[in-house]
Amino acid sequence: MQELITRAKELLADGTVSRVLGWKKGDMGWDPEPAYFDKEEDLKDFVYNPFCGANLSKYLIAAGKLEGTTLVFLKPCDTYSLNELVKEHRVKREKTYIIGVGCHGTVKAEKVLNAGIKGIEDAAIEGDTLKVKTLYGEKEMPLMDALLERCQVCKGKTHVVFDELIGAEEGEEAGPGELAGNRFAKVEELEALSPKERFAFWQRELSKCIRCNACRNVCPACSCLKCVFDGNQFDSSQKANADTFEEQMFHIIRAYHVAGRCTDCGECSRVCPEGIPLQLLNRKFIKDINTFYGEYQAGADTESRAPLTDFTFEDVEPGIVNERGGGR
Amino acid sequence: MCECSCGGKTKTDVLIPMIGVITDIRTETPDVKTFRVVGRDGRKLFEHMPGQCAMVSVPGVGEAMFSITSSPTNTEFQEFSIKRCGTLTDYLHEMNVGEEITVRGPYGNAFPVETALKGQNLLFIAGGIGLAPLRSVINYVLDKRDNYGTIDILYGSRSKDDLVQLKEIQEVWAKTPGVNVYLTIDREQEGWDGHVGFVPSYLKELEFATDKTVLVCGPPVMIKFSLQSLIEMGFEKTQVYTTLELRMKCGVGKCGRCNIGSKYVCKDGPVFRCDEIDELPPEY
Amino acid sequence: MYRIETAGLAELFAAISETQDLFLPLRKADQTNYGLWSEGEPFDLDTLKTVKSAKDCFFPQSEVLYRCKSEDGKLSIDPQKLCDRAFVVFGMRACDVKAVEVLDNVFLSEPVDTFYAARREHGTIVSLACHEPEETCFCANFGIDAAAPGADVETWIIEDSLYWKPLTEKGEALTESLKAVLESTEKETPAEEAEKTVAEEQEAIRKIIEKLPLSHLDLSRFKPEHTMELFDSPLWEELYKPCLACGTCTFVCPTCQCYDIRDFDGGKNGVQRYRCWDSCMYSDFTMMAHGNMRTSQIQRFRQRFMHKLVYYPANYDGLYSCVGCGRCVSKCPASLNIVKVIKKLGGEV
Repeated sequence: MQELITRAKELLADGTVSRVLGWKKGDMGWDPEPAYFDKEEDLKDFVYNPFCGANLSKYLIAAGKLEGTTLVFLKPCDTYSLNELVKEHRVKREKTYIIGVGCHGTVKAEKVLNAGIKGIEDAAIEGDTLKVKTLYGEKEMPLMDALLERCQVCKGKTHVVFDELIGAEEGEEAGPGELAGNRFAKVEELEALSPKERFAFWQRELSKCIRCNACRNVCPACSCLKCVFDGNQFDSSQKANADTFEEQMFHIIRAYHVAGRCTDCGECSRVCPEGIPLQLLNRKFIKDINTFYGEYQAGADTESRAPLTDFTFEDVEPGIVNERGGGR
Repeated sequence: MCECSCGGKTKTDVLIPMIGVITDIRTETPDVKTFRVVGRDGRKLFEHMPGQCAMVSVPGVGEAMFSITSSPTNTEFQEFSIKRCGTLTDYLHEMNVGEEITVRGPYGNAFPVETALKGQNLLFIAGGIGLAPLRSVINYVLDKRDNYGTIDILYGSRSKDDLVQLKEIQEVWAKTPGVNVYLTIDREQEGWDGHVGFVPSYLKELEFATDKTVLVCGPPVMIKFSLQSLIEMGFEKTQVYTTLELRMKCGVGKCGRCNIGSKYVCKDGPVFRCDEIDELPPEY
Repeated sequence: MYRIETAGLAELFAAISETQDLFLPLRKADQTNYGLWSEGEPFDLDTLKTVKSAKDCFFPQSEVLYRCKSEDGKLSIDPQKLCDRAFVVFGMRACDVKAVEVLDNVFLSEPVDTFYAARREHGTIVSLACHEPEETCFCANFGIDAAAPGADVETWIIEDSLYWKPLTEKGEALTESLKAVLESTEKETPAEEAEKTVAEEQEAIRKIIEKLPLSHLDLSRFKPEHTMELFDSPLWEELYKPCLACGTCTFVCPTCQCYDIRDFDGGKNGVQRYRCWDSCMYSDFTMMAHGNMRTSQIQRFRQRFMHKLVYYPANYDGLYSCVGCGRCVSKCPASLNIVKVIKKLGGEV
């Protein structure tokens, strides 16, 4: 962490960047907040630990409107979001200085707290163990039990875009980290259910939705200036469900809107106050896109054309819907 | 929705509206119409005081707060002068006489016509659709003429076609003894031989004596500069009243969106004395 | 004071739900929220904080106000029936109980909100003391005692027992109706012994609260007379920046009472005019046809906290409309919360 602070100070001092976007210590050891640091001395509150789950790429849309270059710290999976934002002309690459930071997984504070670890001050990952510094001494728990879902199925330690790396190796093997499980396992499980069971699963999950819009607002792919759900002409307003079916509409429509652009950064499920596994909707799209149009990872680069906005003769025929039983 | 399994009785909540029938529609300007509304029984929906507002709605389209432009001294109906500027007002402008809308109110405070304004010389300053709430006061004051001193009315609009209630202004107000009417439009226009210029500058040209209580309503920028002119002319902020408008949903100080600091425009306003506004955060 | 075994809680709840609706913290899809309990359903009294507060029981997130039809140019209005069935909310913590007082001030002042009033009239609140308050709790700053949660009946769960103490007429009436269940074990426990056990528990709770990291905030600057100074503070600029403009804080908050009124057009079935919770964090909150007077997130962010800490107290005798439940502390996606605002603007950091 000290290395990150030192480098940020250097870049601020030599004028390469005008501000730093990183994470700042919270009131508790487990709630660092995304923050801007304009001056070298502000960096005393900078923190980078396994609680720094927030993907900072979306903040760069706002930062891009400010004078000068913004230094941003991105974890490997965050860099995919940044690439996608650059590709969609939401973020100006030339006004962004990216330091790719090494990552061994980010944890969900709730899981650590629920494991009975209290008085948290700091945390670090050692192998497959999360070591937590607390007021009551050092505690540990199995890393897998503490990780955010997206990290349990980590898609790799490669930074796809960066100006320099700290704590990470260039050309680090793409692909999932050593702990990672299959990110499509749960999707496959749901696919195997009968439509009725699957409906019941989503009904149970989505009926918890409080329409806070955190998933939408945090999503780097949701960068519309005015969201369709903010329009008054639409009965599905942004803040209430007129009936029990409508809350599903919100999430399904949102999943459609980000299909082919979602990098599976997992921010939606990270921020959901009701713990809805929203990533599953997006992964279903990713999985189908991979099957129908060939393997595609949104945000892997800034040039390739996304399968849903491109046409090739190899594209699947629309009749596939019927073949798969959708026409039943 | 509420999970409670009750199926109980009905009391009338303040949010439940009355049904109003449109009995007359006057086209005032290309984008302003005045709607006359009564209850189904053909009588006035409620009693109000000048400056108060009501929630007018077309179910399925929307509901919004409008100032009541008719005077309380009118015993037969209420009128709303409505400018076409959004979803609801677009719809209202397409409606016909005989059609029904919903109305609830009256809401908010009123101009202090029976207290602070009584016995005073009055200066009304209005811009565009801002005449709507002031018309209620003007007609009230004219109907109770003996209770008030001199009356000056300064009214301006973008063009001569945008002057609301022009017929009433010229045929009734201008002809009432002791009432001076000054009209102005923003830019030169064919067929207009009256004054040309913005309200705040015309106001200074007119060099009113400061022995008046001022009621001003119009677009925020007009109010701001008129107030500046008044101060330069020697008026105190305590002599000036205005009405404010913010987004409202409930109209009764509960839905939480029309606040300026701790004051709610729907309940503590819409009429404020300018010195009171100074004490509030500038969010209006 | 009554004591029953916690193993007998399901029996107690069954007795309540025989004659009334019973709202309990229920565990569904890995989260605990208040919901209508039906016999046999598992409940969760161990989770300290439900995701949403019990606010829903009195002020639901979404409720129909009236239905409106237009036939042959004639409108008809059919108001929603008011709640007229008695219900019990069990397990509300001290902070949520205090929050009802905050809501009462708004909804029960003239003109009374009859939808809310009917629910308050028919609802009996059974509170539950917080056996183990968490580090996100800061209710103590608002004069709330988590060891004596108040409401119509207050209860404590100590080891394997629930201690039950009616406080109001409504609470006495509920107790009376449950005598058969409550007294089945009561005879075995002398009153003084129960009182003593509860007193010890209270002392233990208060000791924990005293030691919690957020129990001693400095609220002295948050007074109506400092309105302009706080409003104009340059610190808002620093505070708001990570805010995502979502409504999580407002929707999990037990005291946020702002609402929107909207229409659901059901075509020939008519229009349902409903109200739903709204958030001052949303960009359309103050949007009018001709513009918006809060165009940036900093203004919306400031509004929320000024309302809680300055505007509301100005209207209601200095009562803050924050009860320190800490839900925003644990739920904000950007780790912003009212504590950070209090510390920063209150001069602590």
